[in-house]
Amino acid sequence: MSTGFSANMTFIRRAFQQRRKAPLLTRHNNTWRDYALIFVPYVWMLLFFLLPFLIIFKISLSVTEIAIPPYSPLVTFEEGAMQIILHLENYTSIFTDPDGTYIRSYLKSLQVAAFSTLFCLIIGYPLAWALASSRPAVRNVLFMLVIMPSWTSFVVRIYAWMTIMKRDGMINDVLMALGIIDSPIQMLQTDFAVYVGIVYCYLPYMVLPLFSALMKVDYSLIEAAYDLGCRPVKTFFSTLVPQTKSGIIAGSMLVFIPALGEYVIPELLGGKDSILIGRILWQEFFNNRDWPLASAVAITMLLILVIPIMLFYKIERREQEKLNAGK
Amino acid sequence: MRVNKPSAARLIIILLALSFLYLPIGTLIVYSFNESKMVTVWTEFSFKWYQALFNNDAIINAVCISLLIAAMTACTSVVIGTLAAFVLVRVRSFRGETAFVLFMTAPMVLPEVITGLALLLLFVTLGNVIPFFSERGIIAIWIAHVTFCSAYTTVVIRSRFRELDISIEEAAMDLGAGPIKVFFAIILPALMPSEVAALLLSFTMSMDDLVITSFIAGPDSTTLPMLIFSSVRRGLSPEINALATIIVLIVSVFTFFAWLSMTKKQKRVAADRAKAAKARLIEEKELMEPRRV
Repeated sequence: MSTGFSANMTFIRRAFQQRRKAPLLTRHNNTWRDYALIFVPYVWMLLFFLLPFLIIFKISLSVTEIAIPPYSPLVTFEEGAMQIILHLENYTSIFTDPDGTYIRSYLKSLQVAAFSTLFCLIIGYPLAWALASSRPAVRNVLFMLVIMPSWTSFVVRIYAWMTIMKRDGMINDVLMALGIIDSPIQMLQTDFAVYVGIVYCYLPYMVLPLFSALMKVDYSLIEAAYDLGCRPVKTFFSTLVPQTKSGIIAGSMLVFIPALGEYVIPELLGGKDSILIGRILWQEFFNNRDWPLASAVAITMLLILVIPIMLFYKIERREQEKLNAGK
Repeated sequence: MRVNKPSAARLIIILLALSFLYLPIGTLIVYSFNESKMVTVWTEFSFKWYQALFNNDAIINAVCISLLIAAMTACTSVVIGTLAAFVLVRVRSFRGETAFVLFMTAPMVLPEVITGLALLLLFVTLGNVIPFFSERGIIAIWIAHVTFCSAYTTVVIRSRFRELDISIEEAAMDLGAGPIKVFFAIILPALMPSEVAALLLSFTMSMDDLVITSFIAGPDSTTLPMLIFSSVRRGLSPEINALATIIVLIVSVFTFFAWLSMTKKQKRVAADRAKAAKARLIEEKELMEPRRV
């Protein structure tokens, strides 16, 4: 995972550095040198990022075959005539599957991702506020402490939760010793464990954009609201939330999008009924070796994610334009 | 942000959050020194699992593969990230810039299963034409890692690049320095802190990636996260605790240095600002003087 980590690095920088005026750039015409510079990253991304998606789309339109590679070719040549056969079975089978496995797992994934995002927001907002309002020296230390876990291995962190949520794990031991429960609760292999895992792993990605948004808040507005007799809850929603809107959206997208396709957390912490779409894709690909169906699942997931991704992209773009005003 | 006085609410929030973040890691560390094979029952202090770890050839091998891939990935993605940042900051808008920004943003948020599947299918397809790609060894994993790490390195380097003063570059150009000389003598040294940050970031991300690597990797190239994942799936093992402790130790050393450099930089900025304010004050005073006389 670790996705979104350094989107956060920008947020960190934006938060810690004083805004400077963008340098006035002298306009010059692009030379062959500029195009040579563009060439390397552009071609790399076209070749290894755009092209793979076209291939996924292509394979999602074929059917499985026992062959190497295990799918039917789209274009065949027979007796000098070119044939293009597009199979839409994969897509129709996603929607008309008799058990409804796919539809159910999409809904389940959406639910898990949405609730995890909400929990991250509920936990992350006060934490970001506490960080942002600390003294600068303390803030630095706390800040490092909050992001440090995300630099340690992802699988290891999930494994750590497995050890403490087991039937004879620490949480059950403590609860039984305190006399709150009589017999151990089943925590692993439940949705609860999946939520804990996702919130634990994605919390920093929520906190960092919120933190950088909170650092820029104009506090005189809050004082003004108080002076005018506004109650705390209303003050929060009418002054603080609008001012940190971009942070809230960015943080939510950084949690929601990767959480939707999460595979490792539901696989290790979830039970048989936490079949999220990431697991379905993995199983179709590795266990059933049905590459076309896995591709169709991926394309469908991508379609669901287009809106949130565009939202995130727009915020990033707006931030860039704001800072890039001189360009 | 306005700095508040210490408050009880803030202290409670911070303590709760930090205990949530560090409880699992702390437990792992404590039980890595446990004699018993049971991961949860404490018997007595021992280094047994560390010994077992260092005698486990599969783990050592996986660590070497992961380190090699991470080093290769870090170097390449910093180069690509610098180029991309240069293009985004210094080159006037060009055709397809929107697509370029999208390519550079999308890998950061896409679910890893999708990216992994996409890259694998690419390698399989390319393998039909060029047999080299169907091996799916270290080189293929390296390409995949560079693809998603470049997005991150670009963001980190770009945000530093924007703050550079272009007039220094122009002065150098006026004094007869060629573009390549300007890049290596002026731009690159100024970018150094972000280059190092990007290098470390892509190194850790490459070391840590599981899902994309699992899709790409052939049978001979098992990376460390893949090995941990398969052993965790089979059940809990105290060797993993020992490994986790070592990882946490290394990461905390790096975090400490990151914190140190961050604090130093902030102090320097504050000192510079104080100096500038003082200079302005003196200047103003000098301007005022004649009027007073």
